[in-house]
Parts: sequence; C-alpha cells; structure tokens
Amino acid sequence: MPLQPPQDPMIIEAIKHSQAMQRAKRLGMTRRGFLGAVGLGAGALTLAACAPTTAAKAALTPATDVSATEKTLVWDNWPSYMDEDDEGNYPTLVAFQQQSGITVTYNVAVDDNNTYYAKVKDQLALGQDIGTDTVCLTDWMVARLVRLGYIQTLDHAKIPNISNLSSAFANPDFDKGRQLSLPWQGGFAGICWNTEKVPNGLKSISDLWSPDLKGRVGVLSEMRDTMGLIMLSQGVDITGSWGDNEYGKAVDAFTEQVSNGQVRNIKGNQYLNDLQNEDTFAAICWSGDITSLNATAGNKWQFAIPDSGGTLWNDTFVVPMGSKHKANAEAVMNYYYEPEVAAELAAWVNYISPVDGAKEAMDAIDPDLASNQLIFPDADTLSTVHIFRTLTPTEETNYDAQFQKILLGS
Amino acid sequence: MAFTAFSTPTSTAAEPAVRKRSWIALVLLLPGILYLLLFFIAPLISLIFTSFQQPVIDGDIGQYSAGFQWQNYTDAVGQYLPLIFRAFGYAILATVFALVISYPMAYFIGVKMRRWPLAQSLLLTLVIAPFFISFLLRTLAWKQIFSDEGPVVPVLKALSVLPTDGHITGTPFAVVFGLTYNFIPFMTLPLYAVLERMDVRYIEAGADLYASPWTTFRKVTIPLSMPGIVSGTLLTFIPAAGDYINASNDFLGSSQTSMVGNAIEANFLVLQNYPIAAALSIVLMAVILIIVGIYVRRAGTEDLI
Repeated sequence: MPLQPPQDPMIIEAIKHSQAMQRAKRLGMTRRGFLGAVGLGAGALTLAACAPTTAAKAALTPATDVSATEKTLVWDNWPSYMDEDDEGNYPTLVAFQQQSGITVTYNVAVDDNNTYYAKVKDQLALGQDIGTDTVCLTDWMVARLVRLGYIQTLDHAKIPNISNLSSAFANPDFDKGRQLSLPWQGGFAGICWNTEKVPNGLKSISDLWSPDLKGRVGVLSEMRDTMGLIMLSQGVDITGSWGDNEYGKAVDAFTEQVSNGQVRNIKGNQYLNDLQNEDTFAAICWSGDITSLNATAGNKWQFAIPDSGGTLWNDTFVVPMGSKHKANAEAVMNYYYEPEVAAELAAWVNYISPVDGAKEAMDAIDPDLASNQLIFPDADTLSTVHIFRTLTPTEETNYDAQFQKILLGS
Repeated sequence: MAFTAFSTPTSTAAEPAVRKRSWIALVLLLPGILYLLLFFIAPLISLIFTSFQQPVIDGDIGQYSAGFQWQNYTDAVGQYLPLIFRAFGYAILATVFALVISYPMAYFIGVKMRRWPLAQSLLLTLVIAPFFISFLLRTLAWKQIFSDEGPVVPVLKALSVLPTDGHITGTPFAVVFGLTYNFIPFMTLPLYAVLERMDVRYIEAGADLYASPWTTFRKVTIPLSMPGIVSGTLLTFIPAAGDYINASNDFLGSSQTSMVGNAIEANFLVLQNYPIAAALSIVLMAVILIIVGIYVRRAGTEDLI
C-alpha cells in the first residue's frame, strides 16, 4: 500500500517540530543547531534543552496584522451576549460596522470554556489561526491562555476608551494593567430561589442545605463558582492565599451534600431548565440569568449574594497569536468601551458592564436598570463579591480532578 | 461480489483470468482499505499511544509526553470501575427492554400487516419518525416530561408508586429509559427487515405439526429471526454502552448515574487528561469486544455477521 505523505498543514508542522527536536538533541543542543532546526524563538530553548521531558513553553510570535487592508473580523462569543432586535440583528454591532467599515462575523460559538479550549488548543499551541480573531472567555481560562503564551499584546494606543475601564477590573492577577486582555461582561455567582416554593427566601449557603430543600437544590458545574461560594461560606478569602487544606474542606462539605441527596444536580447552562421545570427550587446561579429568566418565564425567581459573599467573574476579550486582524479587534473593543454603547448593550444582556460611565448613560435609557445592582453594582455590592484567585497548573489539575470526582460520583 | 474473486481457482487453465480479476478486486477494495487505515487503524494506534503517555514534569494542564505509563490503565479502572460496571449494566438492561418492546412491534408490522403495504410503510415511518428530531432534543423533552412538576411524577405520587420525596430525573430508571427509547429504532429496523421476508408457511407448517403457538414461536419464528435479533441487539448494546448523553448531568442523569462515557468526556474535555480518557476508551472497547464475541458465539450465528 503506498502511504500518502500527510497533507494537513497542522500535522506537517507537528512532524517538523518533532523532527527538529530530535535533531536538536543529536546536535548536542547547541543554541545554533536547535534554533536553526526549529526556527522558533529562543524562549523555548533553555527549557527544552535542559530537560527534554519538562514543559516546553513555546515562544510564539503574533501573526502579521493585515487589518489595514482586510477590513474583516471574526469574533466568537457566548450565547445571549449581544443586543438583538426582533429580526435577529445586533443593533450595536451593525452600527459599528457602518461606522468603521469593518465587516464583523459574530459567532455564538462558546458554550463552555473547557469544550472551546479543547477544540482549539492544538492550533493555539502552534500559534496558528484558530478561525477567529478575537474570543471572549472566562477570566480563569484567559489566565491559562496568558500563562501558556497564546495571546497577543494589545496596543492601548488603538483603544483610547480603555480609560473607561472600571478600576474593579483593571488589575487581575494574571494580567496587571490589562496588557493582553479586556473584559467584555462580568457577573456574580450567588444563590437564587423560586419565590413561590421558598417564600422565606435564602440568605446563606447553609440555607441551601436545609432539609426542606432536600433533592431540590441545583449547583453549577463551574468549579470556581460552586467551590468558591462554599469556601466563602467557610470563611475562606478566595482571592487570598488559600491552599489544599481550605479546598479539601470545601470538597468534603460539598461531597456530603451531593452524596446525601441534598443536591439534585450539578450542571452548566442547563440549570436554568431545572429551575424552570421546578426540579430545583433553589440553586447556585449566575446573576444575569435570573433577570432573563424572570423576563421570559414569569417573575418568580430571586437572586441574592449570600451573606458570606459571592464570586465575581468576567468574560474577557483576547486576541490569539494566530489572528491577523488584531487592529480590527482593538477597534471593536474600543467601540464597546464607549459608555453609550456599553449602556445599550447592558440594557439587553443584564450582566455587569466593566465600562465606567455606562451607568450614567443608562440613566437616559432606563433609570430602573441603572439602579439594578446586578448590572451596575455600587461599591457596597462590589465589596461583597470576590474573584477566585488564579490557580497554578498543578492546583488547576488537582482541584478540577477533585471536583469532577464529585460530579461523576466516582 | 468482490470476494468471489479471491476464491481458489478450480482449473489451472483459468488462472491468468482469475489473477487479473483479483487485481481488479484489490483496486476496488482499495478505497475501503484506505478508509479503514486512515480513519480507524491510524486513530486507534494513536489512541493506544496516548493511553501510555505520561505527564510532562512541571508541565501545564493537558501537557503529556510519549512514554510507557501502563499505570494509566490501573488508575483509570481503579477510579472508574463502578462507572464501567454501571455502563454495561444499563446497556444490557436497555438492550433487553428494547428487544422486548421492538419484537412485537416489528412482528406486527412485518408479518401481520403484510396484506396492507401502505399501512406497513406508514407504521414503519412512525417508528423512524423520532429520528427526524435531534437526539438531544428528544432526550431533553423526556427530561421535561419526567420533571418533578411535570405530568408524570405527581400522578405516580398520588398513586403511591413514588414516595412523596421521590423523583424520576437523575435516577437509573430515567437513564435506562432514555437509552431504551433512543435506541428502539436501531432494534426495530433489523428485526423488521428479517421478519418482513420470513416465509409464513413455516409457521403454518408448525401449526400443522401440532405445535402450540408458543412452541412455534420458540422453535420456528425466533430461530428464523435470529439474524435480526443479533444485529439489533448489537446495534443497541454497543452504542448504549458508550453513550454519555442520557446519563449526563445535563440530561436524564445525575452524579449517581454517571456511565463510563461521562468519565471519558470529563477527562477529555474538562480535565484535559488525555491518557486516562484514552485508556478508558480502550478498556471500553475491549470489554465490548469480549462481550460481543461471547454473545455472537453463544447465539451461534458467526456466519451471519
């Protein structure tokens, strides 16, 4: 059988890479031999040369920006994250295209951070085009991408409106000063309940574990939100320097509630469905969802930040190394950092706008929404929510595994 | 048939012609062989290599390098043994239920309705109709029907079939139900194909020879429909054992009903632990192969497949 040589450029690249590594080993790992063979930056060199089995962080270089000649942009985002009119158009995005002359392909392509990452990680690792120029992922996933060196540096000169970035979001531990990422929308994880079934409401995480709610509690499969809330209820500062002990304690508490049947289910976006069909009466949930759920399925759910505190997360713009339209992506970021545009968007998506001045702009559109703490939280509200600190790779692997163990009942 | 070209020539005179034809047969087989090599053998080899990979020292999440870490298998089986047993238990139950439900249905359509071909096609369409709707949507629809405040649970509670704090979604019942429901067409169609062509005169002959209807069914109908039963059960059992939708927390399952497919999914997509996911896939494949091998031998139908 004549074996065909591989045609796929990705496979060819991978083969070349591994051949180069082999050659580098044979050449006694001299700097010149290795570089000549790989043709990559020197960053990988020391690591790869010292011990071939340790992590080789690829030093990727950004793709050449052709934004000046190609006025296009592909943008992947989560569902229900863009204002939409009755015909299914996105008014703010349409206005941007008219104003800038950039044609934007907006894909609702992110349903889960992990699944999205699993889909594109091989191209990301090679610095190739993943088919999108910018994507909004949750901050912990962005932290991973930043750590792995998959992200292009943003040119703040092209995003003058970055001055409107709210200070609460300006300095995350994975990207001080927002050199590589910019928040799109944020939200809280807290508790919510069905006001008809739980008329007295809930105040804390321990209220979720009350016998009245046995088998009627849903929790999120997003590890940082569920475990974050439980850790907060145990008095841990999730932003600070906690470790395996604190996490282990939270795991024990959570395992107990799952195995004794208090927790009905552990789910992603599907948890809303359980609330709606009343399989669950109370849940750990995301702030913006409850506003939308009330609007579509009868006004009977209430959201609260537990008295021990809630989590704060962000879905954040990044431009992968393989993107050839970084300047166009920066243009769209700059546009959505106009307070008026941010207000128009926030009025529709019901999540937290990271843009200063959007609240004042919202006053003109809808004063009720402008005072909604879930969309425009004031300093008091923000002081009750906390960001789950960025984990090291080892912690991430370990903590995810422990959480999945509970989820799978294994 | 391409295979006849490989048969041993009976006369030496015809040999050149046969050889030429066997060359043609090979060419005809080439696309199939290439397809198998490219899309089955190559990925399988890659999967086996992946299952022996070891984590990179100080590596980031999801970074593995080539190695021979056979402990991946003991780890995977050790950690997920209950899920493996559960997967095969559920799959066997679903296959049995599907067979019990499908056989009378296929018999009715294929044998009893022979005089009315139009009704036959109509009924067959009804069996396949659920296929026109997405697998996921069908499963979600059942989740709604079985929800605590849905149409079923309150009635069962009123009849004291379910305890007052009982529920259906997230229980083994819901998962087995979902598997059975979703795979019924795979069972019905092969059964129908066999029963529809069955010569009913054999059944008449059975009656003529003083066999009771039950004996006729047992000694005549079932053996005649064996190829359909075997292919139907295989088409149901194999995908059901690896299914991860029905048992998923997002659909009919819960943390108490996870099957091995869910563990593979979690390891692959969430934990980025490819070696464990690969090892579990290979274990799943091997167990299916063993079970199916024994089953096909027992059913005595090696020559049918």
